[in-house]
Amino acid sequence: MTITRTKLGVLGVIAGSLLFAGQANAAECEDLVLGAAISLTGKYATNGIHAQNGYEFAIKKIDEAGGVKVGDKCYNFKVTYYDDESKGDRGATLAERLINQDKVQYMLGPYSSGLTKAIAPVTEKYQIPMVEAEGASRSLFNKGYKYLFAVLSTSEQYLASAITLAAEQAEKEGKKASDVKVAIAVENDPFSLDIRAGVMEDAAKVGMQIVIDEKLPRDLSDMSSILTKVKLLKPDVLIVSGHSKGAATAVRQIGEMKISVPMIALTHCEAADVVGNFGDFANDILCSTQWAETLTYKDELFGSAAEYDTEFKSTYTEYANKTVPYQTAQASAAVYVFADAFERAGTLDKEAVRDAIAQTDLSTFYGDIRFSDAGNNIAKPMVLRQIQNGEYKVVAPSAFASDPLNWPRN
Amino acid sequence: MDQIMGNLGLLFEFPVVNLKIIIDGVMIGALFALAAYGLALVWGVMNVKNLAQGDFVIAGGYIAWWVAGLGVPALFGVPLAFIIMWGIGWVIYKLVITRVIERDLFTSLLATFGIAIMMAQLLNLMFGSDTQSVNLGYETLFFFDGFVDVPIAKLIGVCMATVLAICVIVFMKFSRMGQAIRATSQDARAARVLGIDTEKVYAFTFSLNAAICGAAGAIIVMVWVIQPFYGITYAIRAFVIVTAAGLGNLPGVIAAGLGIGALEQYGSHIFGIGYQQAIAVLLLLLVLVFRMIQQRRSRQVLK
Repeated sequence: MTITRTKLGVLGVIAGSLLFAGQANAAECEDLVLGAAISLTGKYATNGIHAQNGYEFAIKKIDEAGGVKVGDKCYNFKVTYYDDESKGDRGATLAERLINQDKVQYMLGPYSSGLTKAIAPVTEKYQIPMVEAEGASRSLFNKGYKYLFAVLSTSEQYLASAITLAAEQAEKEGKKASDVKVAIAVENDPFSLDIRAGVMEDAAKVGMQIVIDEKLPRDLSDMSSILTKVKLLKPDVLIVSGHSKGAATAVRQIGEMKISVPMIALTHCEAADVVGNFGDFANDILCSTQWAETLTYKDELFGSAAEYDTEFKSTYTEYANKTVPYQTAQASAAVYVFADAFERAGTLDKEAVRDAIAQTDLSTFYGDIRFSDAGNNIAKPMVLRQIQNGEYKVVAPSAFASDPLNWPRN
Repeated sequence: MDQIMGNLGLLFEFPVVNLKIIIDGVMIGALFALAAYGLALVWGVMNVKNLAQGDFVIAGGYIAWWVAGLGVPALFGVPLAFIIMWGIGWVIYKLVITRVIERDLFTSLLATFGIAIMMAQLLNLMFGSDTQSVNLGYETLFFFDGFVDVPIAKLIGVCMATVLAICVIVFMKFSRMGQAIRATSQDARAARVLGIDTEKVYAFTFSLNAAICGAAGAIIVMVWVIQPFYGITYAIRAFVIVTAAGLGNLPGVIAAGLGIGALEQYGSHIFGIGYQQAIAVLLLLLVLVFRMIQQRRSRQVLK
């Protein structure tokens, strides 16, 4: 079963790349092979496929623009994919196989922090540069990895911008930022604990007071006891992160219990489809996202964020009736980083390419990309969108906002 | 520690919060009691400890969610889940349970554990791993300056649970089949001698249990949220309640169900919601210790 699935995946990929090879304008360019173990089956399959589509779309765009120019030769990217079945041990094995058997010299990342955590030690051991787009956990960037680069914002930034926003609002009202009271309810898992750490850190900087700090259970279906405390203690900001069940439970019960907090910020609003499921209950809630098509970022290859959105939809028609997920956009950005690094390095030597990636300073449709020594992207802020009358509107960071913030929420 | 003291302080500072906690606890406890009653039934009659209890609940929830998505009014989901889960329960009985009923404890535990895993994964494959719920769109009633809130959806859910419980009790007391079930649970051999088709009784009991769970799940999806792997939450509560109340003690099951609901809410208020499940299990431990001491005194423990 396992073998068949992988084989099927590989066959599909070969068929896919043949198709793309047929379309390429720059037919005289040689192939430049990248490797990727990605979740095409298993629990991360949906998002794994989003990421793969993002990779392929970027490769197609680069081909059409004349390929990657390294020195006086030109190349087209070609990716060897394996299906990691959403399992970490499988991911690590496949990374070994890509490097040792397929002789891959450069890697694109898998989907999820967990898989990235499994693969990074392997690429590190063989000194293979990997640009990843889907692993946000900050534990990836305190291990001293030198060959791992991530284009997305790390998870502790997911809701930290809500604290900045709350401080701004307090000052507008003529109050001090340190008067703001914060309530935090996050799940007890690495991702949500990162978010909590980020919020706590930023709140401590301006001296905000944390009045509620609770951990949600894994099988959460009722958080009324926390919300009762919210009613009693009246915080100014409520932060909830517990994947889609946390978002769904929070929005439902906040609506039912008529909790009025000036600012409520969540993760996973889209995954839980809080607007579709709970309608008006979701109004004025803030949701974090890595990217949105309404942002004003742009670059030469993809154009603006909105152009990326429409062009991607016309290439992959199955996305026509939904928004393009940010997982796809950041995967495309990762390929773009590679193309840019190859051109600047002017050679295919992997050490030179690694150094070129480390010096990346790129403005893209997905946001600015500049890596810290640890390999995470420090130039792109997290985006906060507010649900206004059932639509997601970018309200922070203020420089890229499309709409003003509705505050206070009631 | 500071937080625990702070939370305790809130209870005294705003006494009305106690009322709110008890009301919330009783509401969720009523649904725990339903699932527990089904478990006690199967346990008492067939001596099968059904570990898939919680997954029956979740399956019922998904049935209600699914038909609501087809445009059927959400409240009809409850009887529909009852009927469909009855059928599923019967099929599971004929496929699996009938083969393990006379075997030892571990065979039936393993078999029902297998069913639990299968059902959770099937639900995951059919409906995806996202949380789902049905929004009835009813208002919320507020009392005491808005401190005590009672969503009408919850109220309807609890009323439906009560009606269902009363129907089951009346059925067990007065119907022919109910009498046969009670006779079989008292002494299966004697019942067979007296002409009761115990195989039929077993199949009926197991289907009835699945149906009760299904209805409970359909109520849960209107009030809280469900996810394919949430079954264990309800299974654990059902076991705690039945262990605390004892088999065949219906008032006990209801009282224990409401009690555990309220105690959990208190626990999660004081220690944090993350400890909710731990509190349920701690209660089980306390009940077991208490029972052991009790039985030791009356020298009923087998050595």
